[in-house]
Amino acid sequence: MDHQAPPFFKHGPSPLARFVFFTTLSLVLMALDSRLNSLNALRQILAVAISPLQQLASTPAELIDRTSDFFVTQSRLQNENALLRQRQLVQSAQLQRMQAMQAENTYLRKILRAQQQRGESVVTAEITYAGRDPFSQKITVDKGSNHKVQAGQPALDDIGVIGQVTRVYPFGSEITLLTDKDQAIPVEIVRNGARAIAFGHGQDGTLELPFMAANADIQNGDILVTSGIDGIYPAGLPVAVVSKIERNAAFAKITCTPSAGVNRHKQLLILVGAVLQPPLPAPVEPVAAQPSSGKTHAVKKRGH
Amino acid sequence: MNYRAPELLKPASFRFILLTLVCGLLFNLLSWQGLALWFRPDFVALVLLFWAIREPRKLGMGAAWFMGLLMDISDGVILGQHALAYILVIYAAIFLHRRIQRFTLWQQATHVLLLLLLLQATMLLIRQFGGAVFPGPGYFLSALTGAALWPALSLLLLLPQRGKPDPDSVYSAGHK
Repeated sequence: MDHQAPPFFKHGPSPLARFVFFTTLSLVLMALDSRLNSLNALRQILAVAISPLQQLASTPAELIDRTSDFFVTQSRLQNENALLRQRQLVQSAQLQRMQAMQAENTYLRKILRAQQQRGESVVTAEITYAGRDPFSQKITVDKGSNHKVQAGQPALDDIGVIGQVTRVYPFGSEITLLTDKDQAIPVEIVRNGARAIAFGHGQDGTLELPFMAANADIQNGDILVTSGIDGIYPAGLPVAVVSKIERNAAFAKITCTPSAGVNRHKQLLILVGAVLQPPLPAPVEPVAAQPSSGKTHAVKKRGH
Repeated sequence: MNYRAPELLKPASFRFILLTLVCGLLFNLLSWQGLALWFRPDFVALVLLFWAIREPRKLGMGAAWFMGLLMDISDGVILGQHALAYILVIYAAIFLHRRIQRFTLWQQATHVLLLLLLLQATMLLIRQFGGAVFPGPGYFLSALTGAALWPALSLLLLLPQRGKPDPDSVYSAGHK
């Protein structure tokens, strides 16, 4: 009679079995996340679940910031205040002029029946942490979909463009900096109006302009602004300054230093206008299959 | 060479394990910036390794996988990157736990260094498949700091299991 003794200790599946199971699960997750973008719901749920923990973790740094703010000397504050007052005066004058010009511009555009430019409103966001992933250039801010932030909206500071919102959670969002390797921005050279696309260079915090001919009209110190033809970034925002040009090959190797940066301030602006985001491309239908099946059909018919 | 008798410890409670994991996650989420970020050890990986070596029956791979998933979310990287790396390293740690337990804390730290390097290398490999650029050899610095932290972390996490020696116990006499 076949009789098996009960096991002394219950261990469940062996470590190897578990290892294989969870490895497969991770691989499936990676494939789903990178190829199909179908895990956004899971991401949102877990992000909300750990957001209290994230807030708790950001308190020590905030506390240090506040204490150091508290011990600022009065003379420094007075100086800063005077400077800001002066700047505000200059800027309010400029603003008045700009409002007049904007009204005139809208009127002229109406006359010309040109496309109306979008009115922009801004959300001020604070950087909660920067650069936790060493492979990419991203920062996380404290405003999310609850504050009308959407993926695709541009982020600016007082000088120019910083980057673009790439992922949105209810209480925060992730901004990919212009210097990230996968980030591109359409630009225009202020001096001559030539258009180009600037790509991030990855780790060293620069941008580059590929696909510009070796004899292209571009100089060191040229200022690049957004061209506005993409429908995402409004036209005329400073992006970068050309810092180095090598004209050895068929294409020039042009390196630019970004104008704005995230190292100077904790605050930044997100433009929360409507994003003209093109829909994801539909999966390509297998075209080759149809004619061949039709042919066989036709052959069959002929056979009859 | 004198042989040290292994210390008799109380079993760790599930609540304490959970608390240490949450604390590890909290330390990882602190706002590390600039240079400090390069030196930041992966506290979650260290805590997971500690329990995998100390109590491999209590800390399953499911926990490691889930903590990896939380790290992926909080870093905003592709889902499964940390999860896969943690699973690999925890499996190695469970495989080696009897051997590692025999060593002194600093000797354990060398093993942990290798395991942490394996962790970093796995994540590097995953990102390279995704087309990312290698951020430079400084990327591996955090494994060094993690290993250097191991003895202190072990002593800290063992504290609640030590408890008061029972004066009536036969084992407590003559020990030390």
